[in-house]
Amino acid sequence: MASLTESRVALPLHSGASATIRIEPPSGLFELRLREVWAYRELLYFFVWRDVKIRYKQTAIGVLWVVLQPVLTMLVFTLFFGRLAKLPSQNLPYPVFYFAALVPWTYFAYALQMTTNVVVDNQRLITKVYFPRLILPISSVLSGLVDFAIGFVVLAIFTVAYGIRPTFAALCLPALLLLAVFTALGVGLWLSALNALYRDIRYVIPFVIQFWMFASPVAYPASLVPSRWRWLYGLNPMTGVIEGFRWALTGQGRPPDLVLLASAGMVLVMLFGGLIYFNRMESTIADVV
Amino acid sequence: MHEVMIHGVGLGKRYAIGERARYHALRDVLANAMNAPRRLFGWNRRSGEHRSREQLWALRDVSFDIQEGEIVGLIGRNGAGKTTLLKILSRVTRPTTGFAEVHGRMGSLLEVGTGFHPELTGRENVFLSGAILGMRKREIERKFDEIVAFAEVDKFIDTPLKHFSTGMQMRLAFAVAAQLEPEILLVDEVLAVGDLEFQKKCLGKMSEVSKGGRTIVFVSHQMSQIRRLCERVIWVDRGVIQQDGPTLDVVSAYERASMERSKVNAQEESSGHGIQFLNWELVVEDGAPSNVLQHFDPVSFRVVIYLPEQILKGSYAILLFDDAERIIWHANFELSGLQPGTFEFLHRLPTLPIKPGAYRWKAGVFDGHQWTDGWWGLPEMVVATKPMTNTGDEFQGILNLPCEMEVRALEAVRR
Repeated sequence: MASLTESRVALPLHSGASATIRIEPPSGLFELRLREVWAYRELLYFFVWRDVKIRYKQTAIGVLWVVLQPVLTMLVFTLFFGRLAKLPSQNLPYPVFYFAALVPWTYFAYALQMTTNVVVDNQRLITKVYFPRLILPISSVLSGLVDFAIGFVVLAIFTVAYGIRPTFAALCLPALLLLAVFTALGVGLWLSALNALYRDIRYVIPFVIQFWMFASPVAYPASLVPSRWRWLYGLNPMTGVIEGFRWALTGQGRPPDLVLLASAGMVLVMLFGGLIYFNRMESTIADVV
Repeated sequence: MHEVMIHGVGLGKRYAIGERARYHALRDVLANAMNAPRRLFGWNRRSGEHRSREQLWALRDVSFDIQEGEIVGLIGRNGAGKTTLLKILSRVTRPTTGFAEVHGRMGSLLEVGTGFHPELTGRENVFLSGAILGMRKREIERKFDEIVAFAEVDKFIDTPLKHFSTGMQMRLAFAVAAQLEPEILLVDEVLAVGDLEFQKKCLGKMSEVSKGGRTIVFVSHQMSQIRRLCERVIWVDRGVIQQDGPTLDVVSAYERASMERSKVNAQEESSGHGIQFLNWELVVEDGAPSNVLQHFDPVSFRVVIYLPEQILKGSYAILLFDDAERIIWHANFELSGLQPGTFEFLHRLPTLPIKPGAYRWKAGVFDGHQWTDGWWGLPEMVVATKPMTNTGDEFQGILNLPCEMEVRALEAVRR
């Protein structure tokens, strides 16, 4: 029996030589089949492509929404938190201060929501066709990146328009973005599997996202948080991402420090746990969703 | 030389009742979580014997081997476990017990149009659905024209799918699936949908595919399709294999069993005299099943009817329907001066040269000119004759007539 388990990686139709697939009851905690996900990468591409296409098919102004959403929020924040509440902004113009946070935050919030619902939204597919279920949440966090890219271009133009020149710190942006992607995926894996079991999750998620935003330095600078609570604050990975974004884009503010490392560690734990949990549920998802 | 393509050993699938149909309500779970917190995250779902929950074995101890090139039909009543078995083999769900080994690239078609999205155009859906079914992008590009031609939707291919008629969607969906080139194909009852012409076309495509040496497992309720396509049939009942063998044997046994169950339902309309249809059968040499016609010789069949009251003047009709509900043949006979009792109406035909397939008799009694009682004569009559001329003639038309053709030149065109 054991000798056969090596060939358990299922391949899509087109993958060259014939493989033997062994179908058996679910077993083991560490049944990660990342190799299989790689074999299905073309389907992953199609899922992302589908999400992106569908999103703009029926909207009148299409891609403009991607830009409008964070811009409008930025205007609201600038007006209320900035002009009225006069929150500190690390000597940055309010619009830049908020917009630099809202672009990564909007991506994260969107990706988290998409990922949470992806299993339930694709239940017909899940009960009819086999593919590694893991590619569904992965496709959700990836399809959000298209929006992010558009938003980021606007953000870059915006920053330059305010006379802020990019520094070498901008080289950290990909790493910060990756941290946001993994955070969304790590939390999303848990929530999407739980959502398949308990539909209550769908109603909880908007609140989770709202709380999370106020627990992250989107509307205010992280420096407002008393230093003795900084360690706890740093366990929220989005703190590092957002502070990091502001710093990387403008060269001002606090550069990422040990707090970011703590965030990264936290994300790894969540991601790894999420992968195990999701895979664990994968075998029963088709029966319960 | 035959190689085993699917090797199933002791496959079983257990559902907690309700689990299959419904996701959980968090409040129930929270109540339980007080006692067993681990359960909240479903960790002991698999191994946990929840005493409080009722278990249902959808499939139990199912073992079989399917050889290379075999076309196996999977039959059984609704809820018998056919689809569960197919879902396990296609890896949509995992078995609770046992295991199966699948040797070779496998494609499954549990639904027509899996992954179709109404907002996307026909073209986009072809790519999406193809990818979901396991095709590579380059492969879909290569076969794209063929898919569109097979589906007959070329004019609409760049229109969103939501503007397609249901028939067009079905055709497009099947056209994509028909291009799958796995070594093993699992097909659920997908041909039950779509118009008859298209069904024929799909059946043609499938038998063409199977002649290419591919292994097919096919679920259907339509015995005519099973007979036409499969050499071997597995009959599943209440989650276990009831019978596994050559198509003709298993299908006849299955039909006998379902006739037992449905004898009560055979009566379709009865407004009149409480006349009862008891049975019909072909008069055949001993041994052969009494509902299978295998020759072109004179055919005799009898219809047994019970009359509770006398019929002084009336008539009796016998009709033969094909699987598309078309009347193939019809005859009327006068009835007069029949006393109460059981009667056998014996019919003789010089020959019944119809295409192989499943047909149904319908018998009816008129009192005067009033149709009073009518019945579908179950089981279906199976015509298992060989095509008289070319094997390819099987799919079209009604009659199975020998036809010769001679080519003679009448006039040559001068150049």
